[in-house]
Amino acid sequence: MNEILEILSENAKATSSEIAALLGKPEADVAKEIRELEDAGIIRKYITLINWEKLDQSFVFAVLELKVALQRKTGYDAVAERIANFSEVESVRLISGDHDLSVTVRGKSMKDIAYFVAEKIAPLEGVQSTCTHFILRSYKEHGVILTEKQRPQRLVITP
Amino acid sequence: MKQSQKNVSIAAWNAEQHLNQVVKDMPPSGIRKFFDLVSEMKGAISLGVGEPDFVTPWHVREACIYSLESGITHYTSNKGMPELREVISETVRCEQGLTYDPIEQILITTGVSEAVDLAFRATLNPGDEVIVPEPCYVAYTPDILLTGGVARTVPTRLEDEFRLQPEDVAAAVNDKTRALLLSYPNNPTGAIMTRSDLEDLADVVVENDLLVISDEVYAKLTYSGSHVSFAQLEGMQERTVILNGLSKSHAMTGWRVGYVLGDAALVGAMTKVHQYTMLSAPTMAQVAALEAMQKGEVEMLQMKHEYNLRRRMFVSGLNRIGLDCFEPRGAFYAFPSVKAWGLSSEEFAERLLKEQKVAVVPGSVFGPSGEGFLRCSYATSRGELIEALDRIEIFLSSL
Repeated sequence: MNEILEILSENAKATSSEIAALLGKPEADVAKEIRELEDAGIIRKYITLINWEKLDQSFVFAVLELKVALQRKTGYDAVAERIANFSEVESVRLISGDHDLSVTVRGKSMKDIAYFVAEKIAPLEGVQSTCTHFILRSYKEHGVILTEKQRPQRLVITP
Repeated sequence: MKQSQKNVSIAAWNAEQHLNQVVKDMPPSGIRKFFDLVSEMKGAISLGVGEPDFVTPWHVREACIYSLESGITHYTSNKGMPELREVISETVRCEQGLTYDPIEQILITTGVSEAVDLAFRATLNPGDEVIVPEPCYVAYTPDILLTGGVARTVPTRLEDEFRLQPEDVAAAVNDKTRALLLSYPNNPTGAIMTRSDLEDLADVVVENDLLVISDEVYAKLTYSGSHVSFAQLEGMQERTVILNGLSKSHAMTGWRVGYVLGDAALVGAMTKVHQYTMLSAPTMAQVAALEAMQKGEVEMLQMKHEYNLRRRMFVSGLNRIGLDCFEPRGAFYAFPSVKAWGLSSEEFAERLLKEQKVAVVPGSVFGPSGEGFLRCSYATSRGELIEALDRIEIFLSSL
């Protein structure tokens, strides 16, 4: 894996000078490579992982499983892209198994999401059925354990 | 008839009088003072920790938990679980091309620390000398003294990147010299010995018929090329005892699992001492070690990769702020020089701690040739390393 991407995927805030120091490369080279990765659409966005559950004003998330009629020319793409355009939708994935699309939706309340599914997703041409799973608690996101307790301490100095 | 108490005057009990003289004369550890200072200090960053900052990978811990649920709580054979010895034998054969019979030539110990002690106890007679390159880990000399042996220390130097020089070994040999201790990749310097460095030593080893005791606990943490053991040199396997373990490579310090690879007679002798002192290494830790050796390579390589990133960043940072540091190619220590700053390494470390709350270990703790240097562990998070560099820079500007 590209070492710069590896570092940025762990820490979007890593600056090119920090990355340069970690890799032992000139800073200018790293900055140039990052620009190229951005221009090529390989780096799409620098995001922050937030533990919403620690906030009072939290969001409601749901995973929708959709059965979708396969279309002659566009396969699943046309309907998947239509769904992806809604700002409420966080992710859209084509999956194997009983269902075809797995969609993550974010809303302010369960009612919000229920309306969104009923009004926007279920009626879409090609969507044959929906199954909505509300997320009750998140234990791990993007490789980070959100429920982790305090890290065990090491002795302060050892030989 | 009731026995009457004899009329003897009872002197106050003095435990000091009942101590072994060698133990009594042993100086306290040089890091004790720093340990106490750091422990009481809030907001200190410690670069003084000689162990990984990673927690043992979950699958290893989970394997141990499962073994406890299954009731695997008995002794193992003195030499350790046969499956663990077999996987060690297979790993060493694949990685280093060395063949060790898992029945006769491998012993599982309670950490490499026990293995070091066993190696000296099984081989030294009173008065026998061991050549110990310095600066080095703090346990070798006391362990040798406890056997009645003599530690003949040999300095290594910055200009040689702290690699042991054959002429220094030759100069230290006398008719009592029995063994040469090697400890590469090295704690505290981060130095390694390449194959050709080791080949240069082989002549003096053979000429003087020395046993080589090779502590290779940092072997997996070699960042340029792969680690070469003295045992891999042609004809040297028989006279080399390899001591290794999982503490540093697999982030398993607290489990206390090490192992010995060597000639059957030597391993047999070490097993005798082991069986009367330790009986067997802790079973649950051996189960965890087996899981780590069989399935832990991915995590091990990830940790090594992270150390390597930090190593580059930290060493270049030290040089940038004015602490000259040669490139350490192994372990997880940088060993910068403070000689240009007019303070002894202990003064430097103490003032750095008190004034900027960064704990490092003075090089002098690891032997006189460590004077003028600091041991800084980069088994510490990137954020803390960056913060420590900032603080050291402020400290330097105040000198």
